[in-house]
Amino acid sequence: MRSFSEIDTTTKRACKAMGFPWGIAEEVGKNIRNMELFGLPGVKNLNGYFRIYPNKQYQKISLITQNNISDKIPYCPIILGVNFLDQVKVLEKNKKINFKNIAFPMLFLPFVSRSSEIVGKRIFLEIDEKKFIFNFNQTIYSNISDQLIITNAENLSLSFIENNNSFSEDEWKEIYKLSEKTFVEEKDSLKAHSAGAGLTDND
Amino acid sequence: MKIELRDPNKIMKLSRLGSFHQSKLSFLRSFLQEFKDWDYQRDLFDLDESGYGKAIYSFKKNNKIYSLVCFSNHLKDEERSDRVIATKWDAAFVLHDGIPTKQDIDRLYNNVPKQEIGRVSYKELSLSRANKSVRIFNHVIESLAAGKQPDKKIISEVGYLYRTTAVYGSGKFGLADRFRLKNREEINGPFRLEMMLVYLVRQFTFDQVNHVAKLKNPNKAIELDKEICRNLGIGNSTGLGMAPFIVNHPILLNNWILARETALKKIREIQIVKPEDKDLFFNCLKKSLKNITSWNSDSEFQKNKIKQLLSDLNKFINFIENKFDFNQEYAFNKIYLWIDSNLKDECIEYIVSIMMEPYEQITNPLVKQMSSDEEKYFNIPTERTIFDLREILEKKYENIIKIDFNERESNKFFWFVSKNKEEPRLADRFVEEGHELEQPLAIARDIKKLYERITNEKNSKSVGNFLIDNNDLRHVVRRAFIIEKFPYSEIQDNIIGSKLIPIDMLRLKLSFFGALKFDPRSDKWLRITMFQGAPLPNELKNFNDQWIYNSLN
Repeated sequence: MRSFSEIDTTTKRACKAMGFPWGIAEEVGKNIRNMELFGLPGVKNLNGYFRIYPNKQYQKISLITQNNISDKIPYCPIILGVNFLDQVKVLEKNKKINFKNIAFPMLFLPFVSRSSEIVGKRIFLEIDEKKFIFNFNQTIYSNISDQLIITNAENLSLSFIENNNSFSEDEWKEIYKLSEKTFVEEKDSLKAHSAGAGLTDND
Repeated sequence: MKIELRDPNKIMKLSRLGSFHQSKLSFLRSFLQEFKDWDYQRDLFDLDESGYGKAIYSFKKNNKIYSLVCFSNHLKDEERSDRVIATKWDAAFVLHDGIPTKQDIDRLYNNVPKQEIGRVSYKELSLSRANKSVRIFNHVIESLAAGKQPDKKIISEVGYLYRTTAVYGSGKFGLADRFRLKNREEINGPFRLEMMLVYLVRQFTFDQVNHVAKLKNPNKAIELDKEICRNLGIGNSTGLGMAPFIVNHPILLNNWILARETALKKIREIQIVKPEDKDLFFNCLKKSLKNITSWNSDSEFQKNKIKQLLSDLNKFINFIENKFDFNQEYAFNKIYLWIDSNLKDECIEYIVSIMMEPYEQITNPLVKQMSSDEEKYFNIPTERTIFDLREILEKKYENIIKIDFNERESNKFFWFVSKNKEEPRLADRFVEEGHELEQPLAIARDIKKLYERITNEKNSKSVGNFLIDNNDLRHVVRRAFIIEKFPYSEIQDNIIGSKLIPIDMLRLKLSFFGALKFDPRSDKWLRITMFQGAPLPNELKNFNDQWIYNSLN
């Protein structure tokens, strides 16, 4: 088994070898490491992309907007990802961001995962029929099979999920009521002597 | 009295970093402190009459066990090489997490002696190999077999029976990644597992010579004297492989230096130095002279440094004995101010290290802060502005941005990774081929380039927007925001310039390991000794922390 440290170092070097600057290669190394750590096929997708990368042209997006369409040539997932990461604090103001035509979109995912941590919000992402939820770069939830390689995404959209609880107030009360059964009801004597501070703290 | 931390622009110069010495913060000393109440055991010792075979040693506490698995084999003299290009060694070692099973031992037997071309697993923590010191190994065995102790003079000249030529950890060749171990308090110190490996290897070397001598002459052989054992360490040959590490781990570097600087600051702030603390300081200082007078090196560069160190130390001792009153307030601060104005870097840092000896209440908490989480600061704060970035560059890289990189001498070297061994190397850009594959270690040059690139950018522009067209400098933009938080994270020198002395980078790291007797063999590799004078494993429960100054040599 290759260690995650080896995966980081080797994919970083491979990325530099493909002509990306060292600073971007560092990002990719961390990303592929994270993908493999989360059980996603990082090395497979990166190999797939680098196999065709020298012979094809890719759109290198700079400023990301709400709707990003590249009809003729697909977006490079690495440049797209780096710019998404760098601009995410501005982009989170948009409810939904759409992209059309991204090469090897799985390579874009770890950038989104890290962005989720940066903005402190979950991010929901759809690649055609495939759905992902990124939880602050701690976990990635998805409905895809383990070793998926996607060579192109016709449509990719993502939205920032506001920090709301997944349960209602009534559901909270229900669970809280159960937790109360671990508390001791305070009689007057307990109120007087059990706390560290006095009954009045006006000093 | 409030003392400021020393200026990174001064301390982080390579010539100063290359003058650092071991101290109470050194990893091998903090390792011994951490593991002193662990149970040590030799679990297996299966060597033949020539000393070839396998052995296992362990440290155990509660349910935790770390085991060193040793493999020793025959090596022809002509195959023995300390260089990283070697493919065979006298012995190979691996630190295993827990008790190795029979299957584990078989698997390790097939892989560990191969080192870089073998594979280990996430159950292994550190990997190493070592060669015998031809100068003394056979002498020790012959002497013991003849019923006498080896010649102390010869022992003293070398200082070890074996010399490691590499110690790997943290994910290399399939070893466990750091994240798998991060919640273990006992190894929450840099290189603690590597220190454990080297320490247990040292014991293996003693057991091996005793074993071979005994089988050679069962009726007459004696065991190596414990006092001699204590004064033997483990040698180490270190080349350039270690140098990029300190550039590639800026937060770790900061935390090491910051711990040292914080200790010095706190010691200088002590108002009244207790007599027993003064005595301990002075005692260590005087005892340490033996370590210097027995410090052998063929390197003219090092011989001059040793000569200067000895001369400065005598000057300092004369000052303390005849002109200094330890009863005055803030005595250590006054000492520091004196040494800073009167002595050279090598001796200043030597005395700074010894100042820490009486103050474990200061150093112990700092030891716990010497690890780092580099990932936490990996993301670039792209919402920050060019104004912020410029301020950081001007404040934190004050000397770097003054370097003229249009001069050939400022660009002399390039760092690369060798295809043969996947190890870092250094070459002359104007003589050798390959500079187009340069590693991103020319930090000074790229910082200067960044500074020039932002000259015409608007102050209000966000770093994110700047990066859209300037990702070729992304690696140094990241570093600029790291140094803003971590002032000692960057070497304040040009490590591709013609004046570079690469072994300064090695010495810095090795001093934090706790190495003694730096012996440069060229400007690119050196030999050192570790654990010389250290207690033996069965003495760990009760030992003197100043053992490093008790060397007989």
